[in-house]
Amino acid sequence: MKVAVCVSHVPDTATKVKIGQDEKHIDPAGVVFIINPYDEFAVEEALKTKEKFGGEVVAISVGNDNSKETLRKALAMGVDKGILLKTDKSLDSVGIAKALAEELKNQQFDIVFMGKQSVDYDDSIVGQLTSEFLGYSCISNAVYLNIEGQKVIAEREIEGGKEVVESELPVVITTQKGLNEPRYASLKGIMASKKKEILEKPIVETTNHTEVVKMRKPAAKQPGRIIGTDVSAVPELVKLLHEEAKVI
Amino acid sequence: METETKKIEALKGGEFLTKDSDPQSVFIPEDISEEQKLMADAAREFVEKEILPKLDAIDHQEPGLTVSLMEKAGELGLLGAAVPAEYGGLGEDFNTNTFLSMEIGASHSFGVSFAAHTGIGTLPILYYGTAEQKQKYLPKLASGEMKAAYCLTEPTSGSDALSAKTTAKLSDDGKYYILNGQKMWITNGGFADILITFAQVDGDKFTCFVIDTKSEGFTRGKEEDKMGIKGSSTRALFLDNVKVPKENILGEIGKGHYIAFNVLNVGRFKLCAMTTGGAKKFISIAVNYANERKQFGKTIASFGAIKYKLAEQAIRVFVSESATLRTSGLIKDKVSELLAKGSNYSQAVITAAEEYGIESAMLKVFGSEMLDYVVDEAVQIFGGYGYSEEYPAARAYRDSRINRIFEGTNEINRLLTVDMLVKRSMKGRLDLMGPAMAIQKELMSVPSFGDKPTGLLALELEAIRNAKKAILMIAGSAVQKFMMKLGDEQEIIMNVTDMLIEVFTSESAILRTQKLSSRKNEEEILPYLEMTQVYVSDSLERINLYGKHAIASFTEGDELKMLMLGLKRYVKFDPVNTTKLRRDIAGRLIEANKYCF
Ligand SMILES: Cc1cc2nc3c(=O)[nH]c(=O)nc-3n(C[C@H](O)[C@H](O)[C@H](O)COP(=O)(O)OP(=O)(O)OC[C@H]3O[C@@H](n4cnc5c(N)ncnc54)[C@H](O)[C@@H]3O)c2cc1C
Repeated sequence: MKVAVCVSHVPDTATKVKIGQDEKHIDPAGVVFIINPYDEFAVEEALKTKEKFGGEVVAISVGNDNSKETLRKALAMGVDKGILLKTDKSLDSVGIAKALAEELKNQQFDIVFMGKQSVDYDDSIVGQLTSEFLGYSCISNAVYLNIEGQKVIAEREIEGGKEVVESELPVVITTQKGLNEPRYASLKGIMASKKKEILEKPIVETTNHTEVVKMRKPAAKQPGRIIGTDVSAVPELVKLLHEEAKVI
Repeated sequence: METETKKIEALKGGEFLTKDSDPQSVFIPEDISEEQKLMADAAREFVEKEILPKLDAIDHQEPGLTVSLMEKAGELGLLGAAVPAEYGGLGEDFNTNTFLSMEIGASHSFGVSFAAHTGIGTLPILYYGTAEQKQKYLPKLASGEMKAAYCLTEPTSGSDALSAKTTAKLSDDGKYYILNGQKMWITNGGFADILITFAQVDGDKFTCFVIDTKSEGFTRGKEEDKMGIKGSSTRALFLDNVKVPKENILGEIGKGHYIAFNVLNVGRFKLCAMTTGGAKKFISIAVNYANERKQFGKTIASFGAIKYKLAEQAIRVFVSESATLRTSGLIKDKVSELLAKGSNYSQAVITAAEEYGIESAMLKVFGSEMLDYVVDEAVQIFGGYGYSEEYPAARAYRDSRINRIFEGTNEINRLLTVDMLVKRSMKGRLDLMGPAMAIQKELMSVPSFGDKPTGLLALELEAIRNAKKAILMIAGSAVQKFMMKLGDEQEIIMNVTDMLIEVFTSESAILRTQKLSSRKNEEEILPYLEMTQVYVSDSLERINLYGKHAIASFTEGDELKMLMLGLKRYVKFDPVNTTKLRRDIAGRLIEANKYCF
């Protein structure tokens, strides 16, 4: 089985992000970057798939040199090989999906895993776009997966419940929390990853379909208000929730 | 023109007192390699995901929990990081292990179980075991299949470890030794599969044995009810006619003290690495709380009194980390040098750790007292909530305290520091006499008022160089006065060690900042510069105080006057606005909402 896993290098959700001077990018100074948490489920599933069927797992990332750190992490978890599709430009989801698809197409993967979204820009469409560009089917938000022969059975998380779907290989699968428990990079894995290769390739020229005009921080949270401490406050609370917060 | 390049030789153990170091030759935390960083990240992830969510259960000693976590650590390779690959470990170098220890340091009780197993439990076999012994035990210790404990202490022998009463008698058929006695306070005592145990053969030959806890006649006492690290197993262990096969002697009969002490050299160093890592975490917790908690309409982080605490916590951790990694680098380089000269791995590590035994003893004292400061002020920052077990500061406070007691109490380590220095000087391993004489001469001359040195932290470095002279002056006079009886003057020895710790740590911070300055721009180096400036300035005041105590205790009249003049000359330093600097330092912590240096 030829398995690809697409990973992105994103700011740690625990770091405070500042907007850069141009108001179009974040200021990377002091920001800790990590592998996109949803991609960890993808890596885990890719490794499990290889453990079951044999074959090879290749991790692919679109980004600048810093993304190698995230590829290294995937290699340390057990991925066989890394490919950096190198660009210093910031691409939108279409650009990224095109770059990925171009690379994936050449290598005829059976399954492509990636996180259901990247926690940086939260577009949540790279998987679907990639499958479209590749002509693969797509299963998004997978929380359960079973592959038998050419058949793929998956459970998808949908509003209020789960949906069971069936598809055929080749397929792009985007992974959601709950699918598995990502393994740790063991120290042995880290040592072994030193000998694994990260191939660097230029990306195909793509143009963005959207342009970032401005970034803004959300307004500071309003402080909470205590309107009472017992049952007598309920009518007032209901009124405020209805009229002021407009949530009920 | 020919330029002369002088290669500065690596500092020998204790030589920091008389020699300068080249900042470029010093190992600093920022020298971490990409691979070391990945490994440290893996260790941190393990602590954050596996240990921290289970701290309560661990502290309640939920049956089997610590054991299963140790095994998990084994699976990840954490238990075998220092064990050579041929024995199932990873054979990582000393520096990598230092980075790992720092991460594990944040894991409270688990860290103690971990350290006892990987350090004092595993290293004796790694360093002194025969090929068969290594093959038999190390792979299982590295994987976690087997857990180890180290049994030196007994009810009547704590600090005076060599006075152990446990006996070992050769059986009539000469095949095994029969051990009788009681061990006290044994970490991992509740579940260890093997015990590194010390006993007297023929009454006075202090010898190390590996005991299988499945042996007949071995029993475990009940768990001690401890002040802190409640999740680590600590028990008395009883040996009642326990038969130990002859081939389980570790090292030679009568040479157990080498094992006991050499393993402690590494243990002390590691303890400091662990306290440093733990302290970083607790600072983050304290800053976090100070940023959240509001009183008088403001966050408490905005109060100067709280900023002082945050800054001082960070300064001490920064300094501790600098001194730890500096020493780690020295040990690592020494190991490499010995290996290159053809020494085997075990011998190389033993020799290197012994070489820097003085530094490790000082670090043990410094790290444990640094952590106690950090957790004490963390409780204070939390106020009443710091006194509640529902918040993290209380546990940190209780768990920290043990570090000043085990691996040799801080008193013992202070005594050892001076003892080792004096012995090395007498044996000619270390030249203290030459520099001490030079100082006597210098004191007779008029101080020069030449140009002040310039450059980053040049004044601080000059001041620390002078402070070293003050130590040599005082210690030299004390040695002359008391000769072989110096050991009875413990108060002076404590003072001298405290001064030594100040200069070693100050210099380590200076060297780290200087080395960093070639990689960072002016703005980026500022935080490090400011922390170093505050520390050195305060350090000189403390040196002055310790020096004064010492001098006044054994001199009077003209001699007293002369030494006091010398002290004044050597610790002179212009006042520094440490209030402003501390506010800046605290500001960075508050902004980052965590320890960020
Ligand atoms: C939780 C815990 C875990 C432990 N784990 C282990 C373990 O795994 N294996 C093991 O072998 N031991 C272990 N120990 C024992 C520990 O190493 C000893 O407690 C320690 O060495 C001190 O010995 P002691 O308790 O007998 O104190 P003492 O030696 O009685 O000391 C009491 C006080 O007197 C001071 N003192 C003693 N001698 C001198 C001197 N010459 N000059 C000046 N002051 C002196 C000490 O510094 C101390 O302040 C553990 C202890 C604890 C509490």
